[in-house]
Amino acid sequence: MKHTISVLVENEFGVLSRVAALFSGRGFNIDSLSVAPTNDETISRMTLVTRGDDQILEQISKQLNKLIDVIKVIDFTDGSGIEREMALVKVTAEDESRAEVLRIVDIFRAKIIDVTPRSYTIEATGSPAKIDAILELLRPLGLKELVRTGPVAIGRGAKGWKGQ
Amino acid sequence: MKMNGARILLECLKKEGVDTVFGYPGGTVINIYDELYSFKEIHHILPRHEQAGVHAADGYARATGRVGVAFATSGPGATNTVTGIATAYMDSIPIVIITGQVPTALIGNDAFQEVDIIGITRPCTKHNFLVRDVKELAGILKKAFYIARSGRPGPVLVDIPKDVQIAQTEFKYPEKVEIRGYKPNLEGHPKQVERAIEMLLDSRKPVVYVGGGVILANAAEELTKLCNMLDVPVTTTLMGLGAYPEDSPNSLRMLGMHGTYYANMAMTNTDVMVAIGARFDDRVTGKLATFAPHAKIIHIDVDPTSIKKNVPVDLPIVGDVKDVLFKMIKEVEAHPDKVKAFKEATREWHEEIAAWKGKHPLTYKHAANVIKPQYVIEKLRELSDSDAIVATDVGQHQMWTAQFFTFTKPRTLLSSGGLGTMGYGLPAAMGAQAAFPKRQVIVVCGDGGFQMNLQEMATLVQNRLPVKIVILNNNFLGMVRQWQELFFDKRYSSTCMEQPIDFIKLAEAFGAKGFQATKTDEVEETIKNGFAYDGPVIMEFKIAREEKVLPMVPAGASLNEMVLNA
Repeated sequence: MKHTISVLVENEFGVLSRVAALFSGRGFNIDSLSVAPTNDETISRMTLVTRGDDQILEQISKQLNKLIDVIKVIDFTDGSGIEREMALVKVTAEDESRAEVLRIVDIFRAKIIDVTPRSYTIEATGSPAKIDAILELLRPLGLKELVRTGPVAIGRGAKGWKGQ
Repeated sequence: MKMNGARILLECLKKEGVDTVFGYPGGTVINIYDELYSFKEIHHILPRHEQAGVHAADGYARATGRVGVAFATSGPGATNTVTGIATAYMDSIPIVIITGQVPTALIGNDAFQEVDIIGITRPCTKHNFLVRDVKELAGILKKAFYIARSGRPGPVLVDIPKDVQIAQTEFKYPEKVEIRGYKPNLEGHPKQVERAIEMLLDSRKPVVYVGGGVILANAAEELTKLCNMLDVPVTTTLMGLGAYPEDSPNSLRMLGMHGTYYANMAMTNTDVMVAIGARFDDRVTGKLATFAPHAKIIHIDVDPTSIKKNVPVDLPIVGDVKDVLFKMIKEVEAHPDKVKAFKEATREWHEEIAAWKGKHPLTYKHAANVIKPQYVIEKLRELSDSDAIVATDVGQHQMWTAQFFTFTKPRTLLSSGGLGTMGYGLPAAMGAQAAFPKRQVIVVCGDGGFQMNLQEMATLVQNRLPVKIVILNNNFLGMVRQWQELFFDKRYSSTCMEQPIDFIKLAEAFGAKGFQATKTDEVEETIKNGFAYDGPVIMEFKIAREEKVLPMVPAGASLNEMVLNA
């Protein structure tokens, strides 16, 4: 089962490799990983997507917590979080397909961020499922290049991660 | 007062109560060594290899319970520490390793003797630090010692670039340490303790399974008290030996691959198992699918990741083992009637265990014409001081020592359990002897492992460390040979060390003393001579070459599928 986990870490040298090495060393999967500083610049936040049964997920969470630089681990799988991902997509857009690409972009409220006579580059944001859906439609039109950020996630409701 | 980074390091060590450092100089630690030259509060011991220096710090830590410290230079000095660090990591031993690093400006340039030791040791340290500014140095060292010794202990490496050692700053050692991502849970939950005692007192076939965590937590006394109050059978892992006296009638001795028949039978048939400071290693559990099939498991450990890692647990208690045992004792004291009923109800179980003990005790066949290694170990126990510290290397001799020495006190066995590092024994004994110059320190080695760090003979002689080195010599890499005999049709591929070594001459070459026994009736005299000699000594015993360690649970088999005679 897929899990989206937020890991709040000290914004320090080498932390990313500690987390990445934990996953590779213990044979845990990482589907995606994104990381950037938070509003508190001493803290970075990682969002990672992983897979495994309950026992593996429990170990992942415990092992992450065991890292000295990890401040908090939040598992969003129970629907307590909102996930968003961005994709940049370069698609072939020549005579007959140019209008079709635009229609798809419009339906998904995506944006064209670069244009050439033979291509469009599209910026799409949304839940990972929505990104999958737009890619599904663009793929037959000629998908030249794709880059996804992997999802970032935040908890629902009024409270921040510190509970305040 | 302003001082340079090298001096700050030494002042910090002093503040942490460090009295002994095992270290090897080099280009990027030369400033530290220059400060050390006139720093009288720290005794520095120069091993002959950085790996041995770290093992010595590890042996010092295991024997004393304090944090061991090792120094090494950058590059090859640092990489040589890795085996020592990994050994300490696997057995949760608190040590701090200080490595020199090339100057900050050169990091990443493939400078002379540069290696990314932080990257290399990340998976085998509890934590590590690169010090980028001398102003951070004291704070980092405070954290390093705190992390090494607290919670589940472990090695911490601090990498200090040369320019940081030279740079000056005001020295102030922090009073307190605060790490927001590191708050070990030390207090066992009282409700869980209550439930655990209830579950245990309801059992009919209880067993207590003890690991090295009990020794690390200095909780042997509490453990012994609790187990004696309840009159329950106790088995220990290799790392747990000494936590509970093996000469007690309730001791089942060691369990697992080379554990006793009765310990493994008890584990297979128990209905409630209390695992304390143990981690269900594969050498202990055998085949997981058939491990303790009837047992409810209570697992007490300070490290939450140990719980439910290998086996499902019915009742976890996260906390410092000493605190939890103390609470368990209180809980037991509160229910004298239940305890009485429990003792009544477990009588049959004790009889069952006694029958197993009678059926297959730990034993071996005596021989008049050739020395049996088990006999040497028994004689060592008989002739050594009651508080002697015994280090071992890794292999057959290690298992014979674990089986036949009869450990009764914590911190008297130093052995590489998790990593199984050959070459560990001699330097670990050296570290223990440096900590306790007056106590008897013995290292039991095979001829293979001894040769992996024999250069430390020079360190022993130079520092007048009178370690008693016992070599059980079968001219084989015996444990691998045993596997080849049992599972590979006696194809002894590269396990025969036929080249004879004159260990007496070797000892003499280092300025030590050597004795040798080739017959059973020479064993006692050789040990007596070795113990009587004032200084480091080698006692070589030419043992039965193809003697096996038994019982044995073959890899991947269930605990009750032991090979008893082969």
